[in-house]
Amino acid sequence: MALDADWTRRWIELVADRVAERKAELSHLDRDIGDGDHGENLDRGFTAVRSRLADLDADATPGAILKLVATTLISTVGGASGPLYGTAFLKASMAAGDAETLDDRLADVLAAARDGIVARGKAEVGDKTMVDAWTPAVDAAAAAPDAVAALAAAADAAEAGAAATEPLVARKGRASYLGERAMGHRDPGSESTALILRAAAEA
Amino acid sequence: MKKLINDPSKVVDEAVAGIAAAHPELRVIVDPPYVIARGDAPVQGKVGLVSGGGSGHEPLHGGFVGHGMLDAAVPGAVFTSPTPDPIVAATKAVDGGAGVLHIVKNYTGDVLNFETAADLALAEGIEVESVIIDDDVAVQDSLYTAGRRGVAGTLLVEKIAGAAAERGDALAEVAEIARTVNANVRSMGMALAPCTVPHAGEPSFDLGPDEIEIGIGIHGEPGRARIAMEPADAIVDRLLAPILDDLPFASGDRVLLFVNGMGGTPLVELYVVFRRAAEVLASHGIQVARTLVGSYVTSLDMQGCSISVLRLDDALTELWDAPVQTPALRWGR
Repeated sequence: MALDADWTRRWIELVADRVAERKAELSHLDRDIGDGDHGENLDRGFTAVRSRLADLDADATPGAILKLVATTLISTVGGASGPLYGTAFLKASMAAGDAETLDDRLADVLAAARDGIVARGKAEVGDKTMVDAWTPAVDAAAAAPDAVAALAAAADAAEAGAAATEPLVARKGRASYLGERAMGHRDPGSESTALILRAAAEA
Repeated sequence: MKKLINDPSKVVDEAVAGIAAAHPELRVIVDPPYVIARGDAPVQGKVGLVSGGGSGHEPLHGGFVGHGMLDAAVPGAVFTSPTPDPIVAATKAVDGGAGVLHIVKNYTGDVLNFETAADLALAEGIEVESVIIDDDVAVQDSLYTAGRRGVAGTLLVEKIAGAAAERGDALAEVAEIARTVNANVRSMGMALAPCTVPHAGEPSFDLGPDEIEIGIGIHGEPGRARIAMEPADAIVDRLLAPILDDLPFASGDRVLLFVNGMGGTPLVELYVVFRRAAEVLASHGIQVARTLVGSYVTSLDMQGCSISVLRLDDALTELWDAPVQTPALRWGR
C-alpha cells in the first residue's frame, strides 16, 4: 500500500466519519473534566474539511491535502483544539512537502505534527493532554520497519497513551483547574488523537 | 431541556441577529464568523479595543461594545473561543491608526486563537498589544496549571481601559492601565446549579440537590470543591476570604465591589450577597467606593454568583466614572 494522495483523502474522510459517529462520546469525556464540547467542535471542523476536500484539485499531493485540513480546522474549530490540531496538520503538511507518497517520511510527518502541538500548547508527556497520545505514537512509528507497520504501531501506542491519561492530574488545559478531581477521567484530546491515528492505520 | 431556542446549532446565529436588530447603533456582521463593532468604528486616532470569547456569557462581550468601552467583540460558538479570522477582521475594522488592544481571558483556547490573530494583524501592519486577564483566585497560579482564569474582572478591565482609550491615551498606556486593573482585581465564583449547553442538552456537571460548587469558572466547568449547601452569608464569607488574602487587600483600601450573577440567579439574591460582602469589607476597614450588581459575566443559565473586588486609586476611579454607552452598561452620557 502506498501512502499517496488517495490514501490521504481516505484517511481524512475516515476521520470525519469517526468523529461524527463518536461526537457524543468525545463530548462526554470533555464534560467530565472540561466544558463538554470537544466532539461538537471537532465535528464542525471535519464536516467543513470534508466539504472543502471535495473541491480540492484531483491531483493535489498529500501535503496539499494536509494543508487544507490545517487551514480549515484553524478557521472553523475554535477553542484550544482548533489551533492545536490545525498546527499539527500544518506542520505535517510542511514535512510532507511535495512528495507523491509519505511512505519514506511517515515518521517525520508524525513527529512534525507532534512538535507543532508541543510548540503551541507547551504541554509535556504526563500533563494529561493530547501529547500523551502523540508522543508514544511518534516513538512507535519511528521504531517500525515500514510505513504500514508504523501506522499500526502509532495507532496502538496512541490508544495506550490515551488510556494512560486516566489516573493523571492535568497540568495544562481546562482540566488543570480541577486538580485531583481530574483523576480517573480520560483526556478527551488524547482520545481524539487516538481516533485520528487509528483512522490512518485503517484507511 | 426547556430553552427558548429553535435549533441548538443556530443559537449563536439567531442571537447575533437579535443583537443586530435590537442595537442598530452597532455594526454587526450577522453571517458567521461574527463581529459586533461600534457603529462609528474605526474612530480615527483612538486605540481600538477588541475582546471576544465563547458565547453564553452575555452581555459579555457584545453588550459592552460602544462609546467608552469596547470597539468590537468577537463571539465564538457557545463556550468556545472564536477562530483567528474574525478576530483579525475585528482588529482591522477598529484600527483608527493608533493600534489595537486585545483583551483576552486566560483560557487556553482564547489565548491560542488571539495569539494567532495578533500575529496575522501585525503581519498586515496593525500594531497590536494583548492583555491576558486572570482574576480568578479559585485556580492555583503555578507552573502546574494553565494559570488563573479570566472571569468577571474582565468587565472592569474593558470599562476602565475603554475609558482610557476614549480620552485619547496611546496604545502602550491603555495596555498598561488594563494590566493595572488586572493586577488589582480578584474574583471568585460559585454555583448552586450547573448550566446546560444547548447542543449538549444536559447539565454541564451533576450537582446534588443539597450541594454547591465553589470556585467555578464561566464555561460550565466544575469548580475546585463541592460542599453542602450553606446560608448566603457563609457562602459570601467563603468566596471573599481567598479574594482578600490573595492581593492582599488591606485596611484603608478603597475598592469597587462587583457582585455578578451567573445567569440563572435573581437580582434579589445578588443584593443579599452584596449586603454581606459590604459588611465583611467594612469589618476589614476596606471602603467600598464604587459598586456594580447584576448579571454581566454569565454562564448561560447557571445559578450562582461571583464576587470581584478591585482596589481603586484616583486614576482608576476617574476612568470607571467616565461616560459609557453600550447595550449593557451606560451612564454619564
